[in-house]
Amino acid sequence: MYTLRSLLAICLLGISCAQAAIDPALLRPLADDDSDRRIAAIAALVEAAPEEAQPVLQAMAGDSLALAGERVVVLGAGGRVFDAASNRELTPPPAGIETIGINNRVRRELASALAALRLFSAEREVRWQAAQEVNQNVDARMLPLLDRALAVEKDPKIRDRLQLAHAQASLGSTDAAVRLAAVKTLGESSDPRVRQLLLPLTEKQGDSWREADSAVRAAAGTSIRSIEQRLAWADNLGRAFTGLSLGSILLLAALGLAITYGVMGVINMAHGELLMVGAYSAWAMQSVFRTHLSGALDWYLLAAIPVGFLSAALVGVLMERIVIRHLYGRPLETLLATWGISLFLMQVARTLFGAQNVEVANPSWMAGGVELLPNLLLPWNRIIIVAFSIAVLIAMWAILNLSRLGMFVRAVTQNRPMAGCVGVPTGRVDTLAFGLGAGIAGLGGVALSQIANVGPDMGQGYIVDSFMVVVLGGVGQLAGAVWAALGLGVFTKFLEGWTGAVVAKIVVLVLIIVFIQKRPQGLFALKGRFVES
Amino acid sequence: MVRRNFMKTISAVAVTAAFGLNSFAALAAETIKVGVLHSLSGTMAISETALKETVLMAIDEINSKGGVLGRKLEPVVVDPASNWPLFAEKARQLLSKDKVAVVFGCWTSVSRKSVLPVFKELNGLLFYPVQYEGEELEYNVFYTGAAPNQQAIPAVEYLMSKDGGEAKRFVLLGTDYVYPRTTNKILRAFLKSKGVADADIMEEYTPFGHSDYQTIIAKIKKFSSEGKKTAVVSTINGDSNVPFYKELGNAGIKATDVPVVAFSVGEEELRGVDTKPLVGHLASWNYFMSLKNPENEKFTKAYRAWAVKQKLPNADKAVTNDPMEATYIGIHMWKQAVEKAKSTDVDKVIAAMAGQSFKAPSGFTIKMDEKNHHLHKPVFIGEIKADGQFNVVWKTPGPVRAQPWSPFIPGNEQRKDQPEGR
Repeated sequence: MYTLRSLLAICLLGISCAQAAIDPALLRPLADDDSDRRIAAIAALVEAAPEEAQPVLQAMAGDSLALAGERVVVLGAGGRVFDAASNRELTPPPAGIETIGINNRVRRELASALAALRLFSAEREVRWQAAQEVNQNVDARMLPLLDRALAVEKDPKIRDRLQLAHAQASLGSTDAAVRLAAVKTLGESSDPRVRQLLLPLTEKQGDSWREADSAVRAAAGTSIRSIEQRLAWADNLGRAFTGLSLGSILLLAALGLAITYGVMGVINMAHGELLMVGAYSAWAMQSVFRTHLSGALDWYLLAAIPVGFLSAALVGVLMERIVIRHLYGRPLETLLATWGISLFLMQVARTLFGAQNVEVANPSWMAGGVELLPNLLLPWNRIIIVAFSIAVLIAMWAILNLSRLGMFVRAVTQNRPMAGCVGVPTGRVDTLAFGLGAGIAGLGGVALSQIANVGPDMGQGYIVDSFMVVVLGGVGQLAGAVWAALGLGVFTKFLEGWTGAVVAKIVVLVLIIVFIQKRPQGLFALKGRFVES
Repeated sequence: MVRRNFMKTISAVAVTAAFGLNSFAALAAETIKVGVLHSLSGTMAISETALKETVLMAIDEINSKGGVLGRKLEPVVVDPASNWPLFAEKARQLLSKDKVAVVFGCWTSVSRKSVLPVFKELNGLLFYPVQYEGEELEYNVFYTGAAPNQQAIPAVEYLMSKDGGEAKRFVLLGTDYVYPRTTNKILRAFLKSKGVADADIMEEYTPFGHSDYQTIIAKIKKFSSEGKKTAVVSTINGDSNVPFYKELGNAGIKATDVPVVAFSVGEEELRGVDTKPLVGHLASWNYFMSLKNPENEKFTKAYRAWAVKQKLPNADKAVTNDPMEATYIGIHMWKQAVEKAKSTDVDKVIAAMAGQSFKAPSGFTIKMDEKNHHLHKPVFIGEIKADGQFNVVWKTPGPVRAQPWSPFIPGNEQRKDQPEGR
C-alpha cells in the first residue's frame, strides 16, 4: 500500500499518476532477446509508470515474469497467471507460457531500478535498504533520481548513504569542482567498491592522466589512502575471525577426544566415526522434521543436538562395554580394536545411508551474515558454531569440575586403585566418561554437518586434526586442547592467506612434528605425582 | 599410510568376492559385458554415482529393445572409491578378469591418467564422459565430454563480453590436480592473448575434499576490490563444491558483482546446496537439464523413472546433467559402432566409431569426429536459478569441433590431430 506521501513525491516529480494500467507495448520489449533493448525497456517502463512498474520488475527479477504468445504475464503462486499490464488474473491460464530468463547484466539493471523506485517508499526500513543497494551499482544516469531522492529524504543516515551514491555518480562530471567535492565525500566511505572507482583517477592512460585536474587527483590519492587503512583493519579482523571459526571447529572435533584420549588414555581411532554419527543424527532429524513437522523445519537443528549427543554417547557406551574395557592398559590393542570399529561404523553408515554424501541444509536462521564493515561480513553459521563450541566447552568444564560424575572421573584418572578403595565404581565411571566423550564428539558432528559434507568417510578427515589438537595441547589437559585448537585455527588461517591452502597444510603438519619433537609433553604438561602412572 | 593400504586390501577382497559370485550367476557367452568404472564412495561420489546410474539406465533401455547384435548387455559395476591407484587396479580387473567389451568410466583426469596404461597394455576401450583439459589423444579412449575449446574458452570469452559483465580481472580457482592446473595454464595463455596482465590473474588451489573456503572467499573479495571488474573461474571438483558454494552464498558475493563460472558443477552437485543466494552464478556445459527439446524431455523423463524404479535417494528430485548426457551419447554411439562393425572387437569398434552420429538430448545431432576421438558439441552457458536449474544465457549456433591440443599451449601446433594407431 502506497501512502499519500510517496504518491505525492512521484507526482511532484512530474510523472503522471493517473495511470492505472501499463501500456502493453512498454512491456513486450522486456522479453526481447537482446539485453541492450531489454535494459532500455526497463528504463522506459520506470520512466513511464514508476508505480505500476515495481511489481512487474520484481516478478522479472524473481524469474516469474513470462511470455504467453505476445502477452507479458506474471506467474503467481499455485499456478495462477496474471496479466502484467492490468494485473488482472487470467482464467483459464493461457497456454504456451515461457518464462523470461534474465542474465546478470539485466539482473543488475533490475536491482538498481527497483532500488531507485524504493527510494521513495514511505517506510524508512525499505528506503534504508534501497539506499544501500543503490550504492552498490551507481552510474551517472542516476544523478537526477538521486537529486530528487535527496530533496525529499529527511532521515540523516539514509541521507548519508544517498550522498555517497551521489558523489559516486558525479565522479564523471565535467566540472572539476564537482568532482573534487565528490572525491572528498567518498574518502569517508569504507566500501571497497568506492576505492575501485577512485583508483582510475590516480592512474595514467598513455601519457596523460585520466583525471586532468591535479587537485582532484591529489584528493583522490588521500581518499584512497584513508579508505585503504580502514580496509586493512577490517581484513585483519576478518582473518582473525576465520581463524577463530576454524579453531572452534577443531575444538568441537577434538573435545570428545580430549576426554577419551586425554583424560582416560584410550587411543580411540573411531573418534572420527563418532563425529559422523552426530552428523548423521542431524541429517536424520532433518528428514524427520521434513516429513512430520515441515512447519518447524527450521528448528530441526535444535532437536538434533540432544539426539546427536545421545546417539553418539550410546555408540560410545556400547564400544566401551563390549570392546574397550577389556583392553585398558594395552594401548596397542586398543588402537587396533578401535580402528576396526571405525571401519565397521563406516561400513554400517554406507549400508544404511548409502555411500554418497547426504544433504544437510542450513536452517534459514543460519544463512547469510552480519555485515560489520562493508568488506567484513561474518556468516551466521560460523558465528553460531563459535558460540556453540563455547557453550559445549563450558558444559564440559562444569560436568568435569562441578558434578559428582566429574569428580569420580578425575579421581579414577588420578589414582584408579585408591578411587576404587574409597567406593568409586570405577568400571561404571569409565563407561560413563567414555560415553560423555563420545557424546561430545556427537555434538561436534552436529556442528560439522552445517559446514562440511556429511558422508560415511567424513570422520577420516577429522581424526588427524583431532589428535593433533589433543597432542599439541598436552594430553590430559582441557585448557591445552582449547589453546591448541584456537592457536592452530588462527595460525592456519593467517598462513593460508599468505601461502595458499595446499602449502599451509604442509607447513602446519611439519611445524607440529617439529614442535612435538622439541616438546613431547605438549603445550601444557601435567605436573605432579600421578604423571608417570 | 598403513591404514589406507589396509582398507584398500579389504575393499579389494570384498569386491573380488562379490564378483566371484556374480560371474557364476551370469549367463556366460550370451551377454556382452560392459564395465562401469565410477567412484561410488569418497570425495568424487557426489558426481560419479549419477553416471553409474546413467550407464545402467542406458543398458536397461538397450536390452529392452533387444540388446546389441541380438545379445543382451551385462553391466559389471566396480567402485574405485575416489582412489586413483585403485582405478588402475579395477580397470585391470575389468579388462583381464571380467573380459568386458567396453568400459564407461572415470571423472577426474587423474583417474583417467591412472587407467590409461592399463587400457593401452590390454587394448581396452574406454569412454570418458567428462569435460577435461585436453593435451591427450589416445587410441583406446573416446572422449565424449568437452575439450577446453568446447567449454572453458567460450565461458571466459562470455565473461569478457558485454552481457557477461566485461570482466577484466580473473580468479582461477581449482582443486589441486592435473585438470585444473592444465585448464588454468590454457586460460592464462588465452587471457594473455586478450591483453589481460599477469597481475590481474589470481590462481588458487585447494586439496581434494577441502571444506573450509573462508580464506579463499575473503581473498576473492579482496582481489575483486582492487580494481577492475572481476570474475571467478572455478575448476573445483567433487564434494568441495558444496562448502564452497555455501560459503559463497553466506559471504554475500553476488553474481552481479563477482560472477563465478564453474566447469565441474552441474545440476547434480547443486542438489545439496541452497541455490537462492547463488542465483546468477554460471556454469558452462554442452547440455543443461533445462533445455527444451523432445530428445531432452525423453531423456529426463526416462532418468526420473529410472531413479524412482531404483529407489535412489531423493528420486523425486532426480536431475540430469552434462556428463550424464555425455555418458548416454557414448553408450549409444558404442552400440551403433558395434552394430556397424558386427563385432565387439576393440579395433573394429574403434574404426567404426569414426563419424557416428546420435540425436542427443542437447537438441543437436552430435557427431563423433572422423579423426580425433572427440565429439562435436554445442556450448551452452547457463546461470543458476533459484530452483537449482540453469537458465541458458548464451549458446553457440551449432556443434563445435574439439581441439584436444589447445593452440594456447606452445608446441601444440606440431601435434597430430589423430591418435597413433596400434
